Amino acid sequence: MLNQSGRSYDVAVIGAGVVGALIARQLGRYDITAVVLERANDVAQGTTKANSAIVHAGFDAKPGSNKAKMNVAGNRLMPGLCETLHVPFRNNGSLVIALSEEELPELQRLLVRGEANGVPGLRLLDRSELLAMEPQVNPEAAAALYAPTGGVVSPYELCVAAAENAVANGVTLLRNFAVERITREERGFVLFSARESVRAGVVINAAGVFADEIARMAGDESFRIRPRRGEYILLDSSQAGVVEKTVFQCPSKMGKGVLITPTVHGNILIGPSAQDIDDREDLATTHGGLRGIQAAVRRTVPGYQIRDIITSFTGLRAHCSRDDFVLEASAANPRLIHAAGVESPGLTAAPAIAQHIAQLALKALGGACAEKAGWVPGRPAPLRMRELSHGERRAAIAKNPAYGRIVCRCETVSEGEILDAIRAPAGATDVDGVKRRTRAGMGRCQGGFCGPRVLELLARELGLPSEEITKCGGDSRILLNKTK
Amino acid sequence: MEAVDLVVIGGGPAGMAAALEAEKNGVERILILERAKTLGGILEQCIHTGFGLHYFGEELSGPEYADRFIVLVEQNPHIEVKLGAMALEVIPGENRHRVFAVNQAEGLLELDCKAVILAMGCRERPRGALNIPGTRPAGILSAGTAQKYVNLEGYLPGREVVILGSGDIGLITARRMTMEGARVKLVCELMPYSSGLTRNIVQCLEDFNIPLRLSCTVVGIHGRERLEAVTVANVDENFRPIPGTEETIPCDLLLFSVGLIPENELSRAAGIAMDHVTAGAVVDELRQTGIPGIFACGNVLHVHDMVDFVTLESQLAGAGAAAYIRGTHDPAPEYLPTRGGNGVRYVVPQRVNRRQPQPLKLYFRVGEVYKNASVRLRCGETTLLQKKRPRLAPGEMEDLLLKPEQLAALPEGAELTIEVVEREGKDQIF
Repeated sequence: MLNQSGRSYDVAVIGAGVVGALIARQLGRYDITAVVLERANDVAQGTTKANSAIVHAGFDAKPGSNKAKMNVAGNRLMPGLCETLHVPFRNNGSLVIALSEEELPELQRLLVRGEANGVPGLRLLDRSELLAMEPQVNPEAAAALYAPTGGVVSPYELCVAAAENAVANGVTLLRNFAVERITREERGFVLFSARESVRAGVVINAAGVFADEIARMAGDESFRIRPRRGEYILLDSSQAGVVEKTVFQCPSKMGKGVLITPTVHGNILIGPSAQDIDDREDLATTHGGLRGIQAAVRRTVPGYQIRDIITSFTGLRAHCSRDDFVLEASAANPRLIHAAGVESPGLTAAPAIAQHIAQLALKALGGACAEKAGWVPGRPAPLRMRELSHGERRAAIAKNPAYGRIVCRCETVSEGEILDAIRAPAGATDVDGVKRRTRAGMGRCQGGFCGPRVLELLARELGLPSEEITKCGGDSRILLNKTK
Repeated sequence: MEAVDLVVIGGGPAGMAAALEAEKNGVERILILERAKTLGGILEQCIHTGFGLHYFGEELSGPEYADRFIVLVEQNPHIEVKLGAMALEVIPGENRHRVFAVNQAEGLLELDCKAVILAMGCRERPRGALNIPGTRPAGILSAGTAQKYVNLEGYLPGREVVILGSGDIGLITARRMTMEGARVKLVCELMPYSSGLTRNIVQCLEDFNIPLRLSCTVVGIHGRERLEAVTVANVDENFRPIPGTEETIPCDLLLFSVGLIPENELSRAAGIAMDHVTAGAVVDELRQTGIPGIFACGNVLHVHDMVDFVTLESQLAGAGAAAYIRGTHDPAPEYLPTRGGNGVRYVVPQRVNRRQPQPLKLYFRVGEVYKNASVRLRCGETTLLQKKRPRLAPGEMEDLLLKPEQLAALPEGAELTIEVVEREGKDQIF
């Protein structure tokens, strides 16, 4: 991949989070050359891998804002997109609960907003309707706003699938390419990392928490990004069933408040905390943050014992000084297009943002671009042993015996699935990448048993010594040296 | 579908001992399903010695201990072993049970059997379960995973090591890492005592001058890509970190040895009643679960500190399964429940057949350290047994032996309680 250096593309997308990857997928439709530059060793490494994984209905954002428009449009696109890309999605519905009478006007305000934004099916529930729907919710809750179009999705799988599809359709993915400098040319830009460079006629800035730094490199200082820390706790699937819907408390200035939700994989997720910080790479969880979310969730479901914790993690929301998504050609240079400030409901909005930004890019390229003849909209459905019936398992192993070798015991992931994930377009090159694509190491033992085996498979497939296999790129090596 | 008499899930020390004992008691078609490429289970990576003192009367390494059974299993014409075979589902039936598994050579295995012995072992509690704040870099492993890298694969996962948890695996890994050239800077233990065997504290830490700090835990993890340091702090009696006691220790490897969890996904999915303290099945003296014909033994039933006791327990399960298969078992057991009283966390078996004819060992674990106490088995207010114990500790399993005539004399519906009787006050110091 190092040899790609210096090549020219029609479009370069900076950032392979869910927004960048879905934009790349859209660009793959057209008869143009496109590259995605990702600073990390894999896609989905920023906000995409650590967020609430919610498909928001769209009642929070101010009517007329980019957030409102893209949220509602993205919510409509999400089910079909997930089907096409074979990504887990569930339309479980969401609730905002008012914990006291004082919060009732807030529910009313959300209802009015939601209706103005075009959110279908919104309904206020009284206490008895709420408790019939979610029996474990605080019995003192005064009322709730029910949004039947709320859902949950696997954000990193959506991103991986989009990147896979883009690469399969001819888009180039360059990993470990952190843009450090941008120079302008008559017809575009040159983008430099510490070691390489690429030329691009149009640059799309989907750099998440770094989007303002990228803009500044290209001479645009029209917005600032301030990372906002959100900490989460993920609970074991044994805790499933405490809630069926995504349950929010009333929103505050800092965000939509602490939620409790099932995930598409049958776990329970609680969080996030909300704290503005300065360090764009600070993904540490904090004692106060983790305690705070546990205390807050007890107000939503008071009788609930938080136990069987699988892990906790932090995500950084890219909060923008404009308090809205920045989805536009830069005033400083029309060949620079921003998909910036994409904080919540950014995941939901991403499919709509991708369509919108791709159109802006085509326009910047000079208008009409032909669609590629052989464009494929989806990706092959990944085989998942744990989801198959016994008969389907028999057939899968008959076709490929590697599906009969179970590597991850907690999540029933076979060697065949891990090899598929490594060999796929935009495939996994590190242990966490295998984990996100296959769930090997995602279960209760967190890779205790399967970690060594996954490492061995990566080394074999990538043709590298075991000591060079990393957890997540960079210097995150797992083994230091051979002892014998 | 393949029909056999007995399916044993797991080819570690528990599964092998159970299968051999079932065969000795007349079962002719036995199948062991083992998910690894070899028999022996976790013993294969336990290359230190200390195994077999009770059972064989000599000190063996883990692989040596396992090998004594592997040889017997491989020679036995009535025991078939499928390696690389992962059991996916146990479906209990009226008279016969069904087990689904997959392996590479045969694909899906559908087994129809009279009895099942669950011997899947246990796994380590991971970092996430502790909810320690901080980053998530490389260089954080469970002690057993590190042991596997070092002992089986020949790689060093770190050079400057901090270990959280002084269970046996943590202690043994501390020694092993030291012998491979790493520097173990600290073993910290949340409790005011170690949960490891005394001999391991002496032989693994003291002999190598590795410091053990009690009532201490990890409160912070630092480093972005690779671990750079951890912060430890002392804890109060409620296990809360004491402000001002924090100390940051540079290191590139943090190992967790913070408990083992029986691996009971299959058992739960089969609808077997579980004991929430042991996290294993509720069993009778033959280690039969609440579902007739399904037995459990070894670390999947409750976590043992010595493999010798796993072997003994698994032989009970093997004999029990054989009796069930051959129809020589008691068709109308009269169960009496057992329970832990003062100071006793759990008792295995959780129920015993009043009519059973053998001397009966009740195994139990205490919840804290006691010195010069005694343990008592009582039924109501009647003391059946009382034994002095100079030292009781959570890390060391205890037992009491009950004669069958004592058991038979108990009234129907009686409850057996084991408790600690403190005499000179408990002593919390390790």
